[in-house]
Amino acid sequence: MDLSYTPEEEAFREEVRGFLAENLPKEISDAIKYGTGLGKDGYLRWQAILNEKGWLAPNWPAEYGGAEWNAVQKHIYEEEAAAAHAPRTVAFGLAMLGPVLMQFGSQAQKDYYLPRILSGEDWWCQGYSEPGAGSDLASLKTRAVRDGDHYVVNGQKTWTTLGQHANKIFCLVRTDPDVKQQEGISFLLIDMDTPGIEVRPIILLDGTPEVNEVFFDNVRVPVENLVGEENKGWTYAKYLLTHERTNIAGVGYSRAGLESLKRIARIEQSGGRPLIENPHFAARLAKVEIDLMAMATTNLRIISRAAAGQAPGVESSMLKVKGTIIRQEINDLTRRAVGPYAMPFASEAVAGDNDPIGPDYAGPVTSQYFNNRKLSIFGGSNEIQRGIISKVKMGG
Amino acid sequence: MNFELTEERQMLQDTLRRYLSDRYTTATRNAIIDSDTGMSDEIWTELAELGVIGALFTEEQGGFGGAGFDITTVFEELGRAGVVEPFLDTAILGGGLIAALGDDTQKQLLDEVIAGGAHLALAHGEPTSRYDLSRVETTVVQNGTTGGGADVQNGENIVLNGRKAVVVNAEAAGHLIVSARESGAADDPAGISLFLVPAGTPGLSLRGYPLFSGGRAAEVTLDNVTLPASARLGLANKGFAALADVVARADVALVAEVMGAMETATELTRDYLMTRKQFGRPIGTFQALAHRYSDLLIELEQARSAVINAAGHLDKPSEIRDLQVSAARNLIGRVGRHVAEETIQMHGGIAMTQEYELAHIAKRITLADHRFGDTDYHLERFIDLSAA
Repeated sequence: MDLSYTPEEEAFREEVRGFLAENLPKEISDAIKYGTGLGKDGYLRWQAILNEKGWLAPNWPAEYGGAEWNAVQKHIYEEEAAAAHAPRTVAFGLAMLGPVLMQFGSQAQKDYYLPRILSGEDWWCQGYSEPGAGSDLASLKTRAVRDGDHYVVNGQKTWTTLGQHANKIFCLVRTDPDVKQQEGISFLLIDMDTPGIEVRPIILLDGTPEVNEVFFDNVRVPVENLVGEENKGWTYAKYLLTHERTNIAGVGYSRAGLESLKRIARIEQSGGRPLIENPHFAARLAKVEIDLMAMATTNLRIISRAAAGQAPGVESSMLKVKGTIIRQEINDLTRRAVGPYAMPFASEAVAGDNDPIGPDYAGPVTSQYFNNRKLSIFGGSNEIQRGIISKVKMGG
Repeated sequence: MNFELTEERQMLQDTLRRYLSDRYTTATRNAIIDSDTGMSDEIWTELAELGVIGALFTEEQGGFGGAGFDITTVFEELGRAGVVEPFLDTAILGGGLIAALGDDTQKQLLDEVIAGGAHLALAHGEPTSRYDLSRVETTVVQNGTTGGGADVQNGENIVLNGRKAVVVNAEAAGHLIVSARESGAADDPAGISLFLVPAGTPGLSLRGYPLFSGGRAAEVTLDNVTLPASARLGLANKGFAALADVVARADVALVAEVMGAMETATELTRDYLMTRKQFGRPIGTFQALAHRYSDLLIELEQARSAVINAAGHLDKPSEIRDLQVSAARNLIGRVGRHVAEETIQMHGGIAMTQEYELAHIAKRITLADHRFGDTDYHLERFIDLSAA
């Protein structure tokens, strides 16, 4: 048992920290720090900087231009990136589709698509959920019917994150309606410019257009855009989900959130004293910090097993549930910490050229509290995760 | 022992529920939220005609109610429909202070308020006062001198300087009720005076903005705002008791509003659990969700009792009243967070969309906990009052 990092790992941490200090543009880190949001250009600009360094695709092998980091290195990067308020990279191409193509794609698909993901030429979005297929994803109904050299796609996808920026979408579609649900699904790559596709934004409760509905009306997709074999899409989707669940605990984000909360609580006054000295508030803050310290070690235990080549099983479900509870608790405490200044609507409170309404840290906190309710809903809700844990552990 | 509403209150409840379910749909309300003023004059007038404002005042004051259970009857219905119009600010806070302290001239304004023809706002909280009701640093100078004493009442000019934070309904208000420190330390309950400041008075400036849960507020700056002595509301230095009284009434209104909102959240969740199918069956048939729905109902009964406790003690001496009020606000604060978060979670993504009713209802529940003390503030206040 040794809780310390190796000298090599510490050196890597220093390298990451130095790189971020030198190369992360302040406009970009401020947008993350103050929750003002990053547009498409901001994401692309940061990704280009990472790509230049060779760090854009930490999971990918070197032959495809990846960094080929092990689990501990990835973890160190994620911690440092969160502490420096670096944006997350857009996962759909890099963390989701990329690994699927490397594993199951044709040589032509790999050669064409992988470099375009790194260069930012393609922005992918994910066509999984449908209005009737959320937690029960395998019940999806979007149909793809073979017609000569094309599939003709009809149906609707929803909750398509940042779909407004995307020029490509990878979709799960039903190619055989007459077999067991999971056995009639295929994995298609679709150009968003194809006639018959319509994207409509869904405005979320914090006023942001983060997700979309995507409609398909007789959309013709060339058959060479099928990944792997027809009707084997569910296998690829499950493979992709294991990659979606990396960094699932969000330890770095929680640490950054906790630091920001402490900073706020040192400034905010309650009864003539800093809020952080209020015993009741301090107790709640301490409890979540204690939970986070333990979860960080749970996370490292699982990472070190993964670095030794063991695939994570139900532990990733456990980390998701605990990680989201902790992040949401920090969001709740932060909202409370700013008192009445939680009430102004964020887009006004952090409006670009105006002075902030109230203290500068107050603007985004209510928005973040509500927006992060999604953490326990998307990527397999916490109810689904609990189902997975009990099913596996009780041998059901 | 009788926990039924009186016939009059039952009628008021029925009338309001019918009116709001017909007129105040999600689409209508969301359009109101997006409008420049953040409220509908038409809805305001119609609700005033239905007696919503009159019910909050006694007959002597020109209304037909005014008791704790009148407040809860009205605000529970406003909460059920997620109403964003500022009845709390104009009627309970502004109207309440004028009713308690106003002279005959000032009370004419109260008649307009009850008829639905005037708006008011309480400009009390300051950028660093948080929930501390006695912390006031806005200054008042009369005839070039500061300090108390009976003779200040007769002076001619009053000059106010300071900043007021998150003043809800400030832009619509014809008059702001401004608190200022006339004597004593920054957090001394003694030494606070109140003033009726007409909108547009030179030196008064507003920076308005929309609120996260609908409606609007403003940061208010008072820069040598000069007023005649007749602008005083009540006696010099003696404003705190009246402030504490109207804030207790506002607390009762808030817990009732959240109660109503939680009923809607729970009803929407029940309907969703019964109709949304995944894995071939309504998701409400999964025990993991069914039990959590049951927990919501159990907590709602606790909340209802806490609202009744607070409303029933509103006219008792302040130490008894405040204990009950803080108990209710703490319990409702805890239950409110549970209900808002659980109902969103049990719905999934749909509850996170602007156009679904629950999104707004959850915001109303959550942001109510940022006015006049949050869950933790009221827990500490309850502990202090219990120890006294």
